[in-house]
Amino acid sequence: MRARVAGGAWRLPVVLLFGIFLSFPFYWMLITSFKRTGDLYDLQNNPFLFNERPTLDHWRLLFRETLYLRWLGNTAFVGVLVVAITLALAVPAAYSLARLAGRWGERAGIAMFLMYLVPPSLLFIPLSRVVAALGLQDTLWSLVLVYPTFTVPFSTWLLMGFFKSIPRDLEDAALVDGFTRVAAFWRVVVPIAFSGILTVAIFSFTLVLQEFVYALTFISSASQQTVGVGVPIFLVRGDVYYWGSLMAACLFASVPVAILYNVFLDRFIAGLTAGAVK
Amino acid sequence: MAGALLLLPATFYIFALVGVPFLLAIFYGVTDIKVASDGYEIVGARNFRGILASPTFRLALRNSFLFAVSSQVLVIACATALALALQEPFRGRRAVRFLILLPWVAPISLGAIGWKWILDSIYSVINWVLAAAGLVNPMEPPMWLGEPGLAMVSVVTVHVWRMLPFATVVLLAGLTSIPRDIPEAAAVDGAGFWRTHFGVTLPMIRPIVLVASLFGIIFTFTDMAVVYILTRGGPHDATQVLPSLAFFTGILGGDLAGGAAISLFLFPMLLAAALLMLRVARRSEVT
Repeated sequence: MRARVAGGAWRLPVVLLFGIFLSFPFYWMLITSFKRTGDLYDLQNNPFLFNERPTLDHWRLLFRETLYLRWLGNTAFVGVLVVAITLALAVPAAYSLARLAGRWGERAGIAMFLMYLVPPSLLFIPLSRVVAALGLQDTLWSLVLVYPTFTVPFSTWLLMGFFKSIPRDLEDAALVDGFTRVAAFWRVVVPIAFSGILTVAIFSFTLVLQEFVYALTFISSASQQTVGVGVPIFLVRGDVYYWGSLMAACLFASVPVAILYNVFLDRFIAGLTAGAVK
Repeated sequence: MAGALLLLPATFYIFALVGVPFLLAIFYGVTDIKVASDGYEIVGARNFRGILASPTFRLALRNSFLFAVSSQVLVIACATALALALQEPFRGRRAVRFLILLPWVAPISLGAIGWKWILDSIYSVINWVLAAAGLVNPMEPPMWLGEPGLAMVSVVTVHVWRMLPFATVVLLAGLTSIPRDIPEAAAVDGAGFWRTHFGVTLPMIRPIVLVASLFGIIFTFTDMAVVYILTRGGPHDATQVLPSLAFFTGILGGDLAGGAAISLFLFPMLLAAALLMLRVARRSEVT
């Protein structure tokens, strides 16, 4: 017989209340993006309803007459390269931290985690100078160079947890079987940690998508923007907000990431706690 | 040591692009460097004295603390309620989780644009509802982003909206890690809902709550996307924060030295939060 810990009647209103608060802006993006302009700007209309027939005009404008697709492409370009750099740096680093014995390894791991806490708003001014000195200002390469500064510490910390959960005996057995250290790592450790590595790749990509300050600082021309800055800054012409297209742009870029994120969330949490608990 | 060798590339990258720029920020802070010119002179503490005397800076410093602390207090309170409500499995839990996570996952600059439309001066849906309920005069609706007090409330609300999903997920993970028989034993012993949670389970996950809220404070304290998109720091600097002031001064205003000096004021706060986080983590390891 199980004891009931708490009654359930209060749960539904709480979930409903916060659920509406959290998801309402996305519902609002959806409904706005399909409304006719006249319908949107008529104060007499009930904004929750379609007072005129829905339209695809805002979506058409977004994809045909703005740089939106270009921005999505730019973001994907930066994202893929940053993930590649991140994995190349973080996988070996995390493996070494996971296998380093004693306090030294633990301290290095904590130092790596602390690097993740150094925010862009502390570094963007000197980095703008560094980027300019390298001749990368106003190019996507500036972002490719700088974004690993937050994806690498984050990924190393997560991967360290995944690697620690792999028993050392497995590698030792491979060594006994005549594998070299490197071969043992590639043939034994990487396949087991593959889901962890994939999780890290996905999360690094979402971090790239969410970044705002560096892209705003380093890049000035509209055609070189990522979606996170292009939409809020360059889709607004003068003081004119094309709300229908803006909301379509926000929704279209947000939902696929959210789906990906959700698929990997449980592994992500497992990784976080595995990294924290030795 | 082959092991340490593997650590080298990542360490070098981080040192070159986090460590060096950080030192550069300190160096810029004591010079008079500008975007336009190549030369500069060392001016010592002049920038910092000037900043501390500036009313805009003081306002931004106050706002930064106000935003970070008030939004995190709200986030932790709401996340506790939401995590307790979501703890037991129910039908449609995965769909609810998806919807609840959206604000955290979606790029914040895009979420903030969504809010800018919801809080629009003329077409705000909130004002429509309030007017329909007879709570405000439709001729003079509240200007959510145009009046100092309301603009603050709006920015805090958007920060809460953004951080609540993350805090809830962390709290849920903490609650799930508690062995089931502990709250059940408390219930058998006659503890009611409040005693069970506020006396037993929540104290058990206190370390994780502390780490989550420190992380949230760092995140909110250093964020400028919400303020930049919603209000540009206005009206009359009422929502100006340190990161946005550093951006306006250093990048848009071209005063690299002044901007760097302003952003350095973030550092003591970050250091304190990080040290506290480590202490909490270490103490919870011992017990």
